This record gives sequence, structure tokens and C-alpha cells, in this order.
Amino acid sequence: MLELKSVYKNFGGLQAVHDVSFGVVPGSIKAVIGPNGAGKTTLFNLISGNLNVSSGSILFQGREIQGLKPHTIAALGMARTFQNINLFHGMTALESVMVGRHVRSRAGFLAGMLHTPATWKEEREIREKSMQLLRLLAIEEFADVEATSLAFGQQRAVELARALATEPKLLLLDEPAAGLNIYETAEVGRLITRIRDMGITVLLVEHDMSLVMDISDEIVVLSFGCKIAEDVPAAIQQNPEVIKIYLGEDEEAVV
Amino acid sequence: MRDSKLLKIALLIALVIGIQAVTTVTGTQYYLTQLTMSAYYALLVIGLAVVMGYAGQISLGHAGFFAIGGYLSAALTTHNLVGLQANPVIHGLGNLGMLVSGQDIYGEQLLVVTPWAACIFAVLMAAIIALVIGIPVLKLKGHYLAMATLGFGIIIYRIGLATEYFGEADGISEVPGFTLLPAIGSFGPISVSGDFGLRVENYYVAWGLLVIGLWLLLNLIDSRVGRALRAIHGSEEAAEAIGINTAGFKLKVFVLSAVYAAFAGVFLTHYNGGIGPSEASVMKSVRYVALVAVGGMANVWGTLIMGVGLTFLSLRGVFGSYDDAVFGAILIVVMLFAPDGILSMNVKALFAGRRTTDEH
Repeated sequence: MLELKSVYKNFGGLQAVHDVSFGVVPGSIKAVIGPNGAGKTTLFNLISGNLNVSSGSILFQGREIQGLKPHTIAALGMARTFQNINLFHGMTALESVMVGRHVRSRAGFLAGMLHTPATWKEEREIREKSMQLLRLLAIEEFADVEATSLAFGQQRAVELARALATEPKLLLLDEPAAGLNIYETAEVGRLITRIRDMGITVLLVEHDMSLVMDISDEIVVLSFGCKIAEDVPAAIQQNPEVIKIYLGEDEEAVV
Repeated sequence: MRDSKLLKIALLIALVIGIQAVTTVTGTQYYLTQLTMSAYYALLVIGLAVVMGYAGQISLGHAGFFAIGGYLSAALTTHNLVGLQANPVIHGLGNLGMLVSGQDIYGEQLLVVTPWAACIFAVLMAAIIALVIGIPVLKLKGHYLAMATLGFGIIIYRIGLATEYFGEADGISEVPGFTLLPAIGSFGPISVSGDFGLRVENYYVAWGLLVIGLWLLLNLIDSRVGRALRAIHGSEEAAEAIGINTAGFKLKVFVLSAVYAAFAGVFLTHYNGGIGPSEASVMKSVRYVALVAVGGMANVWGTLIMGVGLTFLSLRGVFGSYDDAVFGAILIVVMLFAPDGILSMNVKALFAGRRTTDEH
């Protein structure tokens, strides 16, 4: 699904990402963990096309996506959420999700200005699909509420629905549980598993270890821009290198 | 949503007809002249409102696009091509029916481009110029974009002022009428010109054009493209992440607004019978931005109402020699006290104290 080959990213003299390679198996949940400043979000921005790599290559479904614009990558079937929720001001929850249908619909300027019959049908489909997603995320009652005025957890749900509306094959989640309480976090965990079961591959960055250990099929550990481990959760928990960077020397186990 | 839009448009049309009826009954048809001109300016301003309010981009150069439309159609329909008849291009245009011959007031033979061909060429040129300058300029944001578009406006102004072809400081006058429809039986012809006898029909041509322009924009806002534009305004990063080609949409909406401005320029120039460099001046561009701001940015209706209203007052000379100062002042006051436009201002809050700016 996704393949990073020896990816480097330098910001001036700072090596934010140093020789990172890993792959994401279709239909799996993969997590990227690491201490603050390990380069996780930079890595996400490289994959989604918001940043260009200094060297190395990134393949999505066997195709080189390095150098493509984020909107082109999104159209290929990759969606993402943001660490700091990034919703559109002045749009209702429903509209926020409807705009996510952008790449799966076509009406252009002329069709939009003339409101041709073809656009009515398309608009109805967009609306129905978007309502379905609001229902999936249990926020349909807020459909007509301005998205940015919703509670934090609901805003995350709107953002997730918007990403799902693009019908992604790969979903990038940047700290989906940040700012949520333990109940909401567990809910997000169930939701991510459900998304995976819908056939969508998930790559996430997360700080909440219990969530990562519960739902991930595989974990990549970054530290100071380098990959120091890649394995299944049980093995990561026992990995002495990982224990060292998380808990310092002399400690027994993570979590 | 759809019904309320059609209802509002129906009300607007009724109001347009009503005003004409009242001026006829009361013998105040001279108001129609300024209302006609206001409608053309409003056409430009609603196009700019979509760029500013929906796509979130600023342009301080829209008087430039207005002038491109006006100047090109004026020059093409007035400059005599008799001496160039041997030129194969001119000859070819003549064969395509794009030239019209006549006599000027001194009885000299005159060969000029037809208003239809000139209009299409002028609007096309405005669109191409918007495309060419839009590609680099729209990469800029905020103040930088404002400065770059301001520079474009100044260039167009100076070109008009310095080029003999465009009449230098005098501009171009004696622009002929633009016959939209030839006479059919006892009906017509319908012609855009300043002829007093055609005042009522010109009023309807201008408002007809404005209503069509308005309807198209309202449809656009309420469509997939409109949502994409609002998304770009909200967050370009998030818009890109869901597959919206932000650069492409910004460019297209910029070109669209330039086309609106150019149409306004072409029609108003034929109506006024001429155009001068002041139409391209920076103060005009500032005025258009002020009208969009006072109308409420992301509010095409508000912009239309304020655009027509304030332009009408300005054309009637209500602001006297302080005309430009008034629009500058309006811009400052709106930004300070009513960033969402005068029409959505909470009047009660204004009188209750200084809480207007933080009440959203």
C-alpha cells in the first residue's frame, strides 16, 4: 500500500528524518510512535505531500508520489487528519463532510453556475453519502451545527468523516486521541478498527500507548528522526531500545 | 435554500420594475441614468465579492480589468481602419463580418470593428491577462497579494495614460452604441448607448445583465465549486488534503471575476460613450474593495445592495469632492466596527456599548 524507501528530510542543518524505510501492508493498522520531536509529524507531511523529501522515495500503491501536490495525492486515495483539528470556519458539520466528497464528484464552474440537472443528482448523492458518514460517527444530530462550535471530540469526528468522505484507500491519522478522555479514546480505538475492517488501511501517529498497543498490527518507533524498531506490538513492548528511549535506562517494560 | 434564492431574485426584479415605474410616473427618469451605471459597477463588485468573500483572496487591481474591457472595446469600435484595408488580417476580419463601415461626423469614410466582436475580444483579453498574471500572483497571500494586484492596477492605469492608441489623458470618446438585438418589426432595436430616448431600455439591459450575473454567482456559491472555495478560505492546508486543487480554484475564480469586471467595462463604456484613465485608477479599485467589505465580504446580496446604493449616491454627487475620501473612510469604519458588513451589523450591540467587535 505504502512504501517508504530511505527517506531523508533536512531542515537547514537539522536532520528531521534520517534514513527511514518501512512499508504498510494493505488492510492493516500501522502506528508510528516516538518521543516528541522524533519526526513523526514531519514524516506524515512528507507522505501527504505537504513537504518534499530531501532524498529517498515514497511509493503509494506502487506509484512514486514524491513531488506530487497534496491534492493530487488525496485524489489518488490518501486522506489525512491533522494534529490540531483543521476544520473550515463557517461550515456546518454536514457541509464540512460534503466538501470531502470533492474528489469523488465532478461539477465544475460552468455546471455550478448553471445548476444543470446532472448537478442536482450529484448534489443529492453527495448529501446522502455525507449523512451516512455522520451517522457512522454518531454525530448526525449535529449535521446543521457549525462544525467549529462543536465539542472537541465531535470536531475530531467531523474531521474524520471529512477524510472518509474522500473514499481513501489509506488514511493517515495524526494523533487521533489527542485531547480526548479515556472513554473517548477507547471509542476512537473501536472506530479505527472498524475503519480498517471497512478495507481502509490506516497509518497513525499517536502518543497514547494503550491505544497504539491495542489496535495496531505493526508499530514503527522513531527517535531523533531515525527508525529504531519496527515490529508487532508485543515485541515492541519488550524491545530494550524502545524501553530505553521511553523510560530511560534500567527500566523493565513499557506501559 | 433554493426557493429562498429564487424568491429574493423575484423580489429584486419586482423592485427594478417598480423603480422604473415610479420614475416614469413622477417624471424623475433622470435617476435611471445613475441606476444604470450603478448596475454595471455592481456587476464588477459582486464578481469581486466571490474572490474576496468566498475564496478569501484580495484584489486591488479590479479597476484594471474593468479598464481592459472598456478601453479595448472603445478603441476597437472607434479607431478607423480604412487605411489598413489592404492588410490581410483586417481584410479577413471584414470577410468574417467583424467590421462595420460608416461615416464620421465630417463625412469621412469610417471602418471599425463591430461592438459584438470588440466585446468578445475585450472580455477574452481580460480573461487571458487575468490568467497570466494570476498564475504567479495568486501564489502570494494577504498583504503580498494585495500589493501585487495593486501593482497590476497601476500598470494598466499608466498604460492607458501613456498610450496614444488609448487616448492618453483624454481617454476615448465618441464610442458608438452597442446594438445587442436588431430591430424586429416594431420592437427594438436594443442598443447600449447614452441616447436619452433609450434610457429606459438601457436601465433594463443593465439590470438584466446584473440579475443574470447574480443568479450565476449564487448558483456557483451553492455548488461543489462554492464549497471548495469556502474550504480554501477556511484552510488551504486542509482543502488540499481532501483533494481540492487550491491553486487551480483560486485562479479560476480570479479569471471569472475579471470576466465580470470586463463585461461591466465594455457595457458601461458603450453606455457612457467613452472611457477615461480615471476608470483604471487605484482609487477605483480601492472603492470596489470597500464596497465588497461594506456588503459583508462573503455576502453577494449585501455587496449588491451596498454596491448599487453607494455607487448611486456617489454618481449623484452626494459626496461632493470628498468622493474618494468617503470610500476610504467607509473601508476603515467597516474594518473596525462591522467586519461582517453593515447589513449584518448588530445595531443593538452598537448602541449598547463597545462590544460590537468581539460579538460573533
